[in-house]
Amino acid sequence: MRTAFKTSYAQDIRLFPDVRRALRYVALVALAAAMPLLLDDFLLGEATNVLIWAIAGMGLMVLTGHAGQASLGHAAFLAVGCYANAILMDRAGLPFVASFLTAGVITGLVGVLIAVPAFRLHGIYLAIATLALSILTEDIIVLAEPWTGGVIGLVAPDITIAGVEVDRYASPDLFYWLCLSVVLIVTLGYRNVLRTPLGRAFVAIRDSEISAQAMGVNVARTKALAFGLSCMVTGWAGALMGHFVYTFNHEVFTVIISIQLLVMIVIGGLGSIQGAFWGALVLVSIPQAINIARDGAQAAFGGSMVIPGIETGIFMAILILFILFEPRGIHGRIAKWTIYVELFPLCRRDMFRRQKSFLKTERMR
Amino acid sequence: MSLLEVDGVTVRFGGVTALDRVSFAVEPGEIFSIVGPNGAGKSTLFNLISRFHEPEEGDLRFAGESLLRLAAAEIGGLGIARTFQNIELFEHSSVLENLLVGRHTRRRVSIPEQILFTPATRREEIAHRAAVERVIDFLDLQLYRDRTIAGLPYGVRKVVEVGRALAIEPRVLLLDEPYSRLSNEESMDMRFRIGDIRARMGVTVLMVEHDMGLVSAVSDRVMALADGRVIATGTPAAVQSHPRVIEAYLGTQAAAS
Repeated sequence: MRTAFKTSYAQDIRLFPDVRRALRYVALVALAAAMPLLLDDFLLGEATNVLIWAIAGMGLMVLTGHAGQASLGHAAFLAVGCYANAILMDRAGLPFVASFLTAGVITGLVGVLIAVPAFRLHGIYLAIATLALSILTEDIIVLAEPWTGGVIGLVAPDITIAGVEVDRYASPDLFYWLCLSVVLIVTLGYRNVLRTPLGRAFVAIRDSEISAQAMGVNVARTKALAFGLSCMVTGWAGALMGHFVYTFNHEVFTVIISIQLLVMIVIGGLGSIQGAFWGALVLVSIPQAINIARDGAQAAFGGSMVIPGIETGIFMAILILFILFEPRGIHGRIAKWTIYVELFPLCRRDMFRRQKSFLKTERMR
Repeated sequence: MSLLEVDGVTVRFGGVTALDRVSFAVEPGEIFSIVGPNGAGKSTLFNLISRFHEPEEGDLRFAGESLLRLAAAEIGGLGIARTFQNIELFEHSSVLENLLVGRHTRRRVSIPEQILFTPATRREEIAHRAAVERVIDFLDLQLYRDRTIAGLPYGVRKVVEVGRALAIEPRVLLLDEPYSRLSNEESMDMRFRIGDIRARMGVTVLMVEHDMGLVSAVSDRVMALADGRVIATGTPAAVQSHPRVIEAYLGTQAAAS
């Protein structure tokens, strides 16, 4: 087992605890950047999809995983980002980079506006309120036809960055790298937030609002910030998603997407950046895995095997299994495996057993 | 001038009068304890100073300034830190991160600077860590620095909570039952630590406790509360022998005999 021997404060706030881990992430980024050379166009599209979901996942992870505010309405913010970006490019004629950044900021501001009345809601009530928001957004998209194209929807405008055309179909590798760079920037920003007072304030209001307040954390302001940052990132994911699916209408941003997003980060592992990526990977690969299994079954048994709703069914079954057996998600499971291997053969079963705390009775809310 | 003045405050929850025109003043540099049986209103008093409750009448003043115009989140910044009766730590963070939250009011860099992690942010983070490390040294928490709260023994959590309050660099420290549920040895440790906090850090201590014995050992002055009313204020010995205090603790017969 490796223990970091810390000799300075600077060492403790580095992005990576040691050289080995830094190299591992560098290798991972290099591998991710090399994907267009390794994968065919279809798989590259799926990889792009994973990246976009990972951005959306990070957006929700800040809010739910770190600030502890459950949201079942993040599809609404995906939609805001997506439509804002497309409308800014089409109507205002902004170049992609400008409209993309503005779309994120707009979504963030909408998020803060939504957060203000939601301050008094806790836990499940906040989830219900945001769920309503998600449903409402679908209808608003249909009603705001002059802007959003109603049920017909919009076609994503062409992206041109510094004279180079980035098209999802004509140049999937460029689009992939675009998404990858957004992922890297967001991940870095996320990581920075977690090692500064802001990130600690998020965790503080998640674990104990009352003592966060006593420590001088302005709970309302911190929640608004969490909503703002979360929605900004989600808005960026939405903008990229719009370009990815090419044509979009209200059906792209249904409440099911909101739920999927939340389920995704729970499966990935709440409270960790990696969790957003694992969740995205699972979410995108399930339909493919089902297709492969179905093709195999059809070849073996003959006939057609189309089961409606199987994707959602399997996804939710995975969620239930995770909640029952590994509430810390894929990331938590991997962390345990790592410790198991490092300590082998000294690991004991009870090492990861969670201690029960019996002191919550007199908690003030 | 008194550091903290509570001036005739009344708090009611529905029909229950939790505090009834309570007044006292804490002088700079003293250890002031509030004792009383369960339900006397001790914790309500702390929550009042923390601005979690609104008084119906009366005033609270810290260094001459009224606290009633401030929100709960602004109290820490003034230099009033506190602990909680039932330990309110951030369960899933490490001891270090918990103490760093105590530095929240001392942050100077803006949010965008934090997201970009500018050199100024880095310098400030290092300064915070140095400050927190002094608290860790002071309370002997080195062993637990990177441990998650969820796995720590109760006695250690109690010390961590004091540490988090000290990380604020407070002028007055409010301790809500610092001895409750500690073993004898841990209680002794805590007693010396409270003395040290005043002696070495120059922090005024306001403490709530119901164990008279432990209180009299460290306190300069004691105030006894019962049913939301002040029944005695003075030196530990004087309060301990006050007939109405004995009555509140032991009942009327004991007081009569």
